[in-house]
Amino acid sequence: MGFFLEVLIGGLLAGVLYSLVALGFVLIFKASGVFNFAQGAMVLTAALALVRALDLFEQWHWPFGVALAAAFVFAAAVMAIVAWVAERLVLRKLVNQEGIILFMATIGVTFFLEGLAQTVFGADVYPLNIGLPKDPMFILESLFDGGILVNELDVWAAVIAGLLVAGLALFFQRTRIGRALRAVADDHAAAQSVGIPLNQIWFIVWLVAGLVALVAGAVWGSKLGVQFSLSLLALKALPVLILGGFTSVPGAIIGGLVIGAGEKISEVFLGPFLGGGIEIWFAYVLALLFLLVRPQGMFGERIIERV
Amino acid sequence: MIYREAGQYKASYQADQAIFPIAQDRFVVLALLAVAFLVVPFVASEYVYRAVLIPTVILALAAIGLNVLMGYCGQVSLGSGAFMGVGAYAAYNLTVHLPFLNPFVCILLSGFFAAAIGIVFGIPSLRIKGFYLAVATLAAQFFGDWAFLRVKWITNYTPSGSVNAPPLQLFGWDLSSPTANYLVALLFTVVLGLAVKNIVRGHIGRQWMAIRDMDIAAEIIGVRPMYAKLTAFAVSSFLIGVAGALWAFVYLGSWEPAAFDINRSFQLMFMVIIGGLGSILGSVLGAIFIVLIPIFLNQALPPLGALVGWKISTATVSHFEAMIFGALIVFFLVVEPHGLARLWSVAKEKLRLWPFPH
Repeated sequence: MGFFLEVLIGGLLAGVLYSLVALGFVLIFKASGVFNFAQGAMVLTAALALVRALDLFEQWHWPFGVALAAAFVFAAAVMAIVAWVAERLVLRKLVNQEGIILFMATIGVTFFLEGLAQTVFGADVYPLNIGLPKDPMFILESLFDGGILVNELDVWAAVIAGLLVAGLALFFQRTRIGRALRAVADDHAAAQSVGIPLNQIWFIVWLVAGLVALVAGAVWGSKLGVQFSLSLLALKALPVLILGGFTSVPGAIIGGLVIGAGEKISEVFLGPFLGGGIEIWFAYVLALLFLLVRPQGMFGERIIERV
Repeated sequence: MIYREAGQYKASYQADQAIFPIAQDRFVVLALLAVAFLVVPFVASEYVYRAVLIPTVILALAAIGLNVLMGYCGQVSLGSGAFMGVGAYAAYNLTVHLPFLNPFVCILLSGFFAAAIGIVFGIPSLRIKGFYLAVATLAAQFFGDWAFLRVKWITNYTPSGSVNAPPLQLFGWDLSSPTANYLVALLFTVVLGLAVKNIVRGHIGRQWMAIRDMDIAAEIIGVRPMYAKLTAFAVSSFLIGVAGALWAFVYLGSWEPAAFDINRSFQLMFMVIIGGLGSILGSVLGAIFIVLIPIFLNQALPPLGALVGWKISTATVSHFEAMIFGALIVFFLVVEPHGLARLWSVAKEKLRLWPFPH
């Protein structure tokens, strides 16, 4: 039982990180109807910018706190540039195209960003230390023999993710721009006709998604080191989206938790019977089975359309 | 003036519904085929065969297969790499377990295995569409990646997971030279490509297009969505599977599961989109374009870097390649979302009037 709980908690905490990536997808999909495949590449770009800037500032013997803050500002600026360029050169040119064309365009953006980020910032594995503790710790020792092993970093990641979601919820519900974003998500044409500048809104959405990518990149980067595989996180986040629904922020969180936990539990308890390594497809098959029962996901908007 | 269809009267339905109704088209296609079959083998070098011709021809077949699904039936698929893999490993297992069969028979039969798997993974398309379907087909891709690596009987328990194709021969002829490889691949692609061209103008093809254009309306006029979608998945996977078997047997010779990973799926999807959705010609043009671009960049970038005094390493070249590739895709989508095939039809309009545009 203790072991099961340990696997479950480990999975849930990993799931939080999937949610972080999925959140970026949901934000952009809600506001512009674009399925942004480049989210993974954005995570990579943000993390690379962060870690390289941090290294550089530390070489200049800045105090750690200042260097960290400056590195975050630098990475955020990079993401702002990415958002601006993406809006200017890609989205604006492709207004009114079909969804699949926009999706393809974001795959193009993915390739471009991956190449650019690795050319500019280097393509090695960079360890990232942003001051999060990394020690494993044991909890509930009184309840189970030997307690449950939890990685402290994962707990911090969960806390950060929670704060981020709370912040986003406040931003969407309580600010002027947030209200404009929700209006655009509801109906582009109506939003435009009441005077909301669409181009500006799209830039802001991509920027917010870029900042979410920065947070995801910082957390994943301190866990695994900043490397190219961060870009593949996008593929991990897709089944999360299917489970949670493309348009729901809470759905992304809960979907991430379900996928994270399901993945780890299946790998540990089912994997040995199937030859191991089933992690890479389990999430997808889970999402696929779920689709057959409830095509719009757990919280997605109901598509009233029968085929 | 040259490309004019005025005066070509069709006196029968047969003539009206021909695959190439215009005489100039027939002539050009025949001339192209003659060049491909009779002239190219005498001029191409081994490098050109291995780097350009054979990959282009085989991937063109796979792109035609994906175009059946995406372009004609409107179902997005990101699992084509896995279906190629299914074809390759099915052909391999056929040659291992039924050694009396000729490899070419195995390549053709492998298509049926791919079609069966394609139907299974096509079932979700009955309930979902668009991006949801794209993600669902990714499940096929990842499941395939895993199965080729972990399910040992697929690779006949080879310890390294890498398998070898048997030598290619037919009626005692040795067909392992690059020229023979090329001709074999070309024959498969041309025959199957013409077959698809034939299918899409018939009743099944029209059902696919009806489903693509508006599924609800199609159902009302009597198209069975399940039948139409699943046949599209079957035909598409058949072609992709045969292309995969050709890729493995004719091009690679010995291969590992990584040959059929998700990048292959993306590559095929790019071919279809850049070439043009719903066009056989487009698939071929897309395949040519996507195969040639990396070769061109590999050749052109280091000298260009040297020109400005910058030594470009191979890693940098591959990053630049990704960048330029990405930028080109975006550029193409912005300039011509309907692909190279659309450029051709625009050119056709112009040729009709040339040289007297008024």
